Amino acid sequence: MDYVKLINCMRCGMCLPSCPTYKETFLETASPRGRVALIRKLQEGELDQSERLLEYLSLCLDCQACASACPCGVNAGELVAEFTCERKTDSGLGFMEDLILRKLVPHPDRLETSMVPMRVYQKSGLQTLVRTLGVLKMFPKPLERMEGLLPPLPTRPLRQEIQEVTPAVGTERGTAGFFLGCVMSLIFSDASRATIKLLSSLGYRVITPRNQVCCGAPNMLGGDLEGLKEAAHTNVDIFGGFQVDFIVTDCGGCGAELKKYGHHIEGEAAAAFGSKVRDISQVLALHIEELHAKLKPLQQKVTYHDPCHIAHCQGIRKEPRDLLKLVPGLEYKELEAADACCGSAGTYNITRPEMSDRILQRKLDTVRASGADILVTSNPGCLLQLKKGLADQLPAVKLMHLTEVLALSMSS
Amino acid sequence: MQPSFIKELQTIVGTQYVLIDRESLAVYGYDSTPEIESLPGAVLLPGTTDEVVRIMRLCNEAGITLTPRGSGTNLSGGSLSAGGVVVQTSRLNRLLEIDEENLTATVEPGVITSALHREVEARGLFYPPDPGSMNISTMGGNVAENSGGLRGLKYGVTADYVMGLETVLADGDTLRTGGKVVKDVAGYALNPLLVSSEGTLGFFTGITVKLIPKPQGKITMLAHFPALQDAALAVSAIIAAKVIPATLEFLDKVTIKCVEDYAHVGLPLDVDAVLLIEVDGHPVVIAEEAAAVAEICKKHRCSFFQTAQNPAEALKLTEARRTALSALARLKPTTILEDATVPRSCIAAMLKIIQDAAKKYNVVIGTFGHAGDGNLHPTCLTDERDHDEIKRAHAAFEEIFDAAISMGGTITGEHGVGLAKKKYLPKLVGKSGIKVMRGIKQAFDPKGILNPGKIF
Repeated sequence: MDYVKLINCMRCGMCLPSCPTYKETFLETASPRGRVALIRKLQEGELDQSERLLEYLSLCLDCQACASACPCGVNAGELVAEFTCERKTDSGLGFMEDLILRKLVPHPDRLETSMVPMRVYQKSGLQTLVRTLGVLKMFPKPLERMEGLLPPLPTRPLRQEIQEVTPAVGTERGTAGFFLGCVMSLIFSDASRATIKLLSSLGYRVITPRNQVCCGAPNMLGGDLEGLKEAAHTNVDIFGGFQVDFIVTDCGGCGAELKKYGHHIEGEAAAAFGSKVRDISQVLALHIEELHAKLKPLQQKVTYHDPCHIAHCQGIRKEPRDLLKLVPGLEYKELEAADACCGSAGTYNITRPEMSDRILQRKLDTVRASGADILVTSNPGCLLQLKKGLADQLPAVKLMHLTEVLALSMSS
Repeated sequence: MQPSFIKELQTIVGTQYVLIDRESLAVYGYDSTPEIESLPGAVLLPGTTDEVVRIMRLCNEAGITLTPRGSGTNLSGGSLSAGGVVVQTSRLNRLLEIDEENLTATVEPGVITSALHREVEARGLFYPPDPGSMNISTMGGNVAENSGGLRGLKYGVTADYVMGLETVLADGDTLRTGGKVVKDVAGYALNPLLVSSEGTLGFFTGITVKLIPKPQGKITMLAHFPALQDAALAVSAIIAAKVIPATLEFLDKVTIKCVEDYAHVGLPLDVDAVLLIEVDGHPVVIAEEAAAVAEICKKHRCSFFQTAQNPAEALKLTEARRTALSALARLKPTTILEDATVPRSCIAAMLKIIQDAAKKYNVVIGTFGHAGDGNLHPTCLTDERDHDEIKRAHAAFEEIFDAAISMGGTITGEHGVGLAKKKYLPKLVGKSGIKVMRGIKQAFDPKGILNPGKIF
């Protein structure tokens, strides 16, 4: 790791009020400034790579709210992720990590097949039985949490159903390559269906290459830089085979990772790919007036939760709000601390359940205070986390992806 | 630190609130002060006043030193401990009362400054001190350091608002000074003594501050000056014209560029200085004051004068100033920030001295600050790995401090002496000054356990 990146932190403390784990603990070790200092002291030889040090670092959600707050341009979240990656590169992946990150995630077919038992489990009534009997209490905690987080699955993953080319409605204005995120396809297929519908109705021919693979974000998260690079090469090659104006995604996590392909791998093709990537809100915001003409009234109160991967990692805050305010009749209410993490953070809600729950609770409290009927966000991790939170505490509040709200308004 | 002593601390605050692992101690070995680190022996996070009292008694008996710490944004090394106990106030963070009849607020020391702002402003009240770090700085820290801020020119600093204090003394006894009364001449005025005591006289457990009605209106203005000296002269002219803006802030060319790179608020990159000016109060009065300010700036050859059209625009302009320090830090890894302060009529002369010192010692110094109250922040951008440059930077600052003292100014306007300015203090206050301070310290803390080694 570049030492200068570490000493650039001047310890001003501006990051402290933005950090979800610092707000919960008030501990310097759980703060962005503290994490940078820990890594720095490790590099300087003042500290050893102890279990405790790794434990402190692993409390970081990598939400990168600290990066938004840091006036010096230090990204503590990214530095921790980079540190984890470098460490894993040295120590190698564990058996399970290798199984999941190398043998499962990069292969959409296998990933989809792996979900079949879950679908059977839900559809057969077994889930109801298991939940009623509390059988999961007998299994390790993470399994129980994973089960609890999983919403009803669509009958088939979207990737298997969607046509590779969706023609533009009316005059064609351009071509959009659609990057279909794994979780979006497997779990939130309705939202991605809405995304394609919005793009095509605005005159985009939408190409969804069927052989595209996972963006590689899980690999990055798991410290598997090689796996990430492989995924990047594959996707750059695949999308390079089509003439597209944009590469659009409705998954905040994918968008943040795809935009960095130019940094991860060398070559012009990767840089060109990275520069074409857009979050769906960015593309829709280009056609505000046209979209406005198509929208019909929704008489509800809505609020928006900024996914970290969209607000902090991609700097997109205005577009989703502008789009929601566009819907006639829809009353927009700003959420307090809207860009604070919801505690999902990749697999954090499974690996760090206690901290994740505390962070989620703050979010739910603000949602309750907003009085909104609909909570909108646009990242599958947040959708999973908030779905569970709302079901437990605010069942009357409906959770929707940004594109679902717009598509609903369009068709109502 | 003896295991038996640690055990007693654990009994008082609970094991989870006693940090003694190497990693924790390492990250409590710094605050926001550059170049200074010092490892504590233990870090405590008490949750009640009673726990503070018991910790203090224990430390005093054992002869172990105790250093209070808020969020660790101190800029003079005041929250660092060499082998002693650091007591972090974060869990003592209750807002105890807002008394609308007496216009006071009472808080525990760990309350975040901007959280108090939010609460009182929601009731149409106002707590003016707004240090640059107010989004994370604590009230306890603000009182201990007598923090200033952007609004100091018109509204004064923390000391001007502290009405009452509850302080745990070194022997564990509790001292109550002042209260909610506006007038109080009973005995020595101890509040002002405790404010800015930098943790060397006691540990605050309760703070009562004065509130004032929230100003009805505010006009935010920005003026661009092609020549640095014109900006400085405009500052003196505004004050001389009997207009007291709430904020009268100065940014030089180096600072403007950094802030603009970071905040993108449309600051000009081709001028030598900008002034950020805010007048607040009754709408009719501030309209007149704003007109007077505009007139003076134009007379002093400002090339552009901008008035924020709405609160959002105004907020953006003031936020830009607020990030000045950190934005400067983007240029180089190490930032040495000073706060030498001079009588405000000397601002122009002081700016010249800073520029000359930077040139003489061949270092980059960006200057911004509270020009209206004579408190400038010359900030040296350097690299801690370049020992020669660091040496030259300190030499430049030594000249700047000497000049400030000779103009009737001071070596620190709002950051405190702590460890960083210790060696300059005798020059300012002389032998008798140090002697009196030592005497006071002796009276409060005979065994010298409270934040030793700071100030003198």
